[in-house]
Amino acid sequence: MLGLDRKDTILLLVVALMALLAPVLLNPFPVNSPLAQFNAGYPDLMQRFAIFGIFAIGFNILFGLTGYLSFGHAAFLGVGSYSAVWMFKLLGYNVIPAIILSIIVAGLFALLIGWISLRRSGIYFSILTLAFAEMSFRLAYSVLTPLTNGETGLQVYTDDPQILLGDGPHVPHLFGMMMRSSTTIHAGPWEFTLPVGYYVCAVLLLASFYLAIRIFRSPFGMMLRAIKSNQTRMNYTGLSPRPYTLAAFVISGMYAGLAGGLMASMDPLAGAERMQWTASGEVVLMTILGGAGTLIGPILGAGFIKYCENIFSKINEGVLHGWFGGLPDGVENALIWVAEHFVGSGWHLTLGLLFMLVVTFLPGGLVEGGQRIGRFAFRRRDRKASDAESDAAKQRNPAE
Amino acid sequence: MSILEVKDVNKRFGGLQALSHVNLSVAENSVHAIIGPNGAGKSTLLNCLVGKLIPDTGSVMFDGQSVLGRKPYEINQMGIARVFQTPEIFGDLTVIENVLIPCFAKRDGTYRMHAFEQVRRERALVEEAEHMLEDVNMQDKRDMHAASMSRGDKRRLEMAMCLVQQPRLLLLDEPTAGMARADTNNTIDLLKEIKQKRDITMCIIEHDMHVVFSLADRITVLAQGTPLVEDVPENIKGHPKVQEAYLGEAA
Ligand SMILES: Nc1ncnc2c1ncn2[C@@H]1O[C@H](COP(=O)(O)OP(=O)(O)O)[C@@H](O)[C@H]1O
Ligand SMILES: [Mg+2]
Repeated sequence: MLGLDRKDTILLLVVALMALLAPVLLNPFPVNSPLAQFNAGYPDLMQRFAIFGIFAIGFNILFGLTGYLSFGHAAFLGVGSYSAVWMFKLLGYNVIPAIILSIIVAGLFALLIGWISLRRSGIYFSILTLAFAEMSFRLAYSVLTPLTNGETGLQVYTDDPQILLGDGPHVPHLFGMMMRSSTTIHAGPWEFTLPVGYYVCAVLLLASFYLAIRIFRSPFGMMLRAIKSNQTRMNYTGLSPRPYTLAAFVISGMYAGLAGGLMASMDPLAGAERMQWTASGEVVLMTILGGAGTLIGPILGAGFIKYCENIFSKINEGVLHGWFGGLPDGVENALIWVAEHFVGSGWHLTLGLLFMLVVTFLPGGLVEGGQRIGRFAFRRRDRKASDAESDAAKQRNPAE
Repeated sequence: MSILEVKDVNKRFGGLQALSHVNLSVAENSVHAIIGPNGAGKSTLLNCLVGKLIPDTGSVMFDGQSVLGRKPYEINQMGIARVFQTPEIFGDLTVIENVLIPCFAKRDGTYRMHAFEQVRRERALVEEAEHMLEDVNMQDKRDMHAASMSRGDKRRLEMAMCLVQQPRLLLLDEPTAGMARADTNNTIDLLKEIKQKRDITMCIIEHDMHVVFSLADRITVLAQGTPLVEDVPENIKGHPKVQEAYLGEAA
C-alpha cells in the first residue's frame, strides 16, 4: 500500500491506529481513581508526544542513517517557532501559512549551518552544530531582539497587522477549527478528551512518519547508510558524500522546523529557551533511547521521555507522603528523602539513570528491548522454528 | 598505447624515502604486475595514483590527463577503480546493497537519488547487481550482512563493486593476501575471465608469484621505493636483481 511493502504498511497502520486512539489509550484510569495521575490523555501532553515524535523522526534521518550526531537541532525547532509566530503576527491565526513558513525557514537555516558544519565529521561536526545552536540562542536574547522579542518571548499583540485575520477566531485555528478546542466524551467513570490541536499534530506526525519510511527504503536512504558505514569506499566509488549528508541534514532540519511551527500553533508564543542545548540534547536522548536507525524507535523514545517527564515531575512530597504514609515515621522520612531526589524537579536524575541503563544493556534502545521480549516469548512457544527468526531479527538490529 | 604514465614520482614520509624516481607505464588492456618485498612502497604508489596521497614531485597521467590534485572521487569518475589491501566495503549493508550503491552511482559522480523511489522497484539496476554477484560467484550470499563474511568473500565483493562500475583501469592491492589456495585459484580464474570478457587494464600488486606469473603481461619489480627492472614474466623469473631483492628480504 502507498508504495510500502507489507511489513512497513503494517507498521504505518499500527502507528496510525495508536495516534487515532491515543486519547482513549492514554486515559486508562477513571477520573476519580487515585491512579488518575498516571493518565496521559490530556491535550497538552498528547500534543507534545506528537510534536516531539516529529522532531525525533527527523533527527533520526540524520543521525540514524548517516551517523552524523548533531547537537544543535533545537536551533531549527526554535527558528520554526519564531517563523510561525511571525506568520500569526503578520497574516493571521490560520496555522497553515505558519507551518509552511516554519518548515521553509528552518530548511534554509539548516542549509547554512549544515553547509559549514558538514566540512567536518565525528566530534568536530557535533561541536560545530552545538556552537551554532548556542550562538543562535545567545543572539536571540541580544542582537536579534527586534525579531525575537528577547526574554519576553515573541507573541502576538493586538496592534499587529494580521492582514488576513478577517473575522476568524483570535487564537490559532485551522480554517476556523480552533487548536485549543476539544470534545470530551464521558463513559461511566472515564473521561476522554479529543482535542483538535492534537489531531492536527497527529496527522502531520503520520505524514512525517510515512515520508521517513519512504526515505529509509529509497536509494537515497541506502546511500546514507552506506555513508555511515564507510566513507572511504564511498569516495572510491566516485561519490562525494557531502551533498547527500547535506540533503539529510536539511531534511531533518525541516522536520525540526515543522515541530517548532506546531509548538507555536498550539500555543502562539516562542521563546529562545527552545533553542538551548538542553533541548538539543533531549532529542538525541529520545532517538538513542528509542533506537537510533530504526523506524519506530524515535517515536517510542519521544513518547517514553515525555511521559516519564510528565509523571515524575508531577510527583511531589505530598504524593510521596501518601504512598509511604503507612510506614513507621523514621523509615517514611528516609524513603521520602531518597525518593524526592528522583521526582519533581529532580526528574532529570531519573532520566539520566534510565538512559544509562538503556545504553548499557540495550544498545539498540527500546526497539531492541521489544525484539528481545518478542524473541523470548516466541522461543517458549516454539523452540525449533525460532532460531531462523531470531537470526533475522539480529540482523535487523540497528548498527551500534 | 599506454593508459597510465607515471613519471619521476617521489614521495617522502618524514625521513623515509618511500618512493624515489618511480617511472611506470601501463599499456592499455594489459595486466601489469608490481612486485617487491614488504615496505617496498607498492601501496604508497597506488595511493599516489588514486588521490589518497599526493607525490612530492613528478606526474601521473591517466589517459592523457593528470590525476594530481584531484579528489579520490574525481579520479574514480575518470575510470580508475581500486581494490584495497584490507577490503573497504559497506559493512552495515547487505551484499546486494553493496553492489547496488555503485550501480546507482553514475559515472559522472551523480547518484540516481530518487528519494521517493524504492530500491527493490528499480528492476534493471537490481538485475545488473545480481548478475555481477553471479559473475563473482556470490549469489548465495546475496542478503548476508557484508561485515559478517570471510576476508576472501569481502575482497571478492569489493572486486564486484569495482567491476560493476566498468572501470578502464582496475588497481588491485594484494587481491589474494590471506586467502586459502583454492580461493586464490578462484580469484585468478575470475580475473582471467574478466579480462577476457571486457576491455580493461589491470594493475596488480601481488606477493604470490603463482598469481603474478599466471596473470601478468608485464612485471615491474620495486624495491626500497625504486623500480629495479621492468620486463615480461619469462625474463623476470631468473633475473639476478629480483633474486637479490627477495633474498635480501628473507635474510
Ligand atoms: N602514511 C604513511 N606515513 C608514514 N609512512 C608510511 C605511510 N604509508 C607508508 N609508509 C611507509 O612507507 C613504506 C612503504 O610502505 P608501503 O607502500 O605500504 O609498502 P608495501 O610495498 O608493502 O605496500 C613503509 O616503510 C611504510 O612504513
Ligand atoms: Mg602494501
